[in-house]
Amino acid sequence: MTQERPAPAARAHPAPAEAQAALTEKGKALSALLHEALAEFKPAMSAALDEVVLTVDRANLVKAATKLRDDPRLAFDYLMCLSVVDYEDRFEVVYHLRSLAKPARFTLKVSLPYDDPIVPSVMGVWPGADWYEREGHDLFGVNFEGHPNLAPLLLYEGFEGYPGRKSYPINDYQEW
Amino acid sequence: MAVKPGDMTPVTWDPKRRHKLDLPVTPGGWETPQAPLGGNRPALSPFNKSGVPGIITAPAEQLFALARTSSLWPLTFGLACCAIEMISTYMAHHDLDRLGVVTWPSPRQSDVMIIAGTVVKKMAPPIKLLYEQMPDPKWVIAMGSCATNGGPYYRSYSVVMGVDHIIPVDVYVPGCPPRPEALMEGILRLQEKIKQDARRK
Repeated sequence: MTQERPAPAARAHPAPAEAQAALTEKGKALSALLHEALAEFKPAMSAALDEVVLTVDRANLVKAATKLRDDPRLAFDYLMCLSVVDYEDRFEVVYHLRSLAKPARFTLKVSLPYDDPIVPSVMGVWPGADWYEREGHDLFGVNFEGHPNLAPLLLYEGFEGYPGRKSYPINDYQEW
Repeated sequence: MAVKPGDMTPVTWDPKRRHKLDLPVTPGGWETPQAPLGGNRPALSPFNKSGVPGIITAPAEQLFALARTSSLWPLTFGLACCAIEMISTYMAHHDLDRLGVVTWPSPRQSDVMIIAGTVVKKMAPPIKLLYEQMPDPKWVIAMGSCATNGGPYYRSYSVVMGVDHIIPVDVYVPGCPPRPEALMEGILRLQEKIKQDARRK
């Protein structure tokens, strides 16, 4: 007997307002603070479990990142992780940020169109983004504009295609 | 001096009951009555079991093989989780030293290369270079399913489908990762192979 897979609708994420309501008191305070501090960039606020999620436009990314690092109320001085997600109609670049002084953490996201995956590099703000961005460029073909050296980090020279994308064939063995 | 079962008193060393095979006591050398009894004594030489002065005749190739067998120096070199099992094989619990296996952090003085882990395509050229830097005679043990044929990463975009695509392999050790006993079995098989190859020449 085959098992039915759950329908996509059942797995859909809750609406941003609902998700925000599920935050803890601390999370709500952080969410309000971020909304107020980044008001000029018109962030879209959401949440996932107990973590604040904030989406900005890619044109505002570096300015928002600089503000997040330098504003003494926020002081998000540590980029914990940078990842790229393929949603098949768009890419999302996810920045997990942490403030070591506060301490506090939240997730910053940038959405990119599938046929134009260009995003400004945040290496000038958090130098630790260096290898994460090279990995994202290797596996997803996302172009991090302003990165000084986007040479292949994980893949070898001459590799064709982007193996992180969902459209990449799973059994494609390339002789090298 | 008879030893009864359950007798817990320490027994002094007696040359007459030193071996089950009832070998004669060798005349001269360290077993003379003048030598003090007890303590650590060297093991009986494998060439001297008959009790007469040791003579062995064999082709030079076989003698060299015997020497090589007893002193395999693997290159200290780990690629993935198999390396953890390899390290634990070298450590006190399993103790590869007693087989004459000494790890060496340079390819120039090594005999054996243990490919312990996943060989990704980016790592393939350095592996080949290290193999070429090792002096002859040299042997390769492919440890675990990744080094054997790609294992769980079979036909992956980044993993070589077995290290035998780039260098020749003498012994394949199955497992994911293999237990230390399996690696020890692999090394014993390699020792056998070295001796057999010398006999065939």
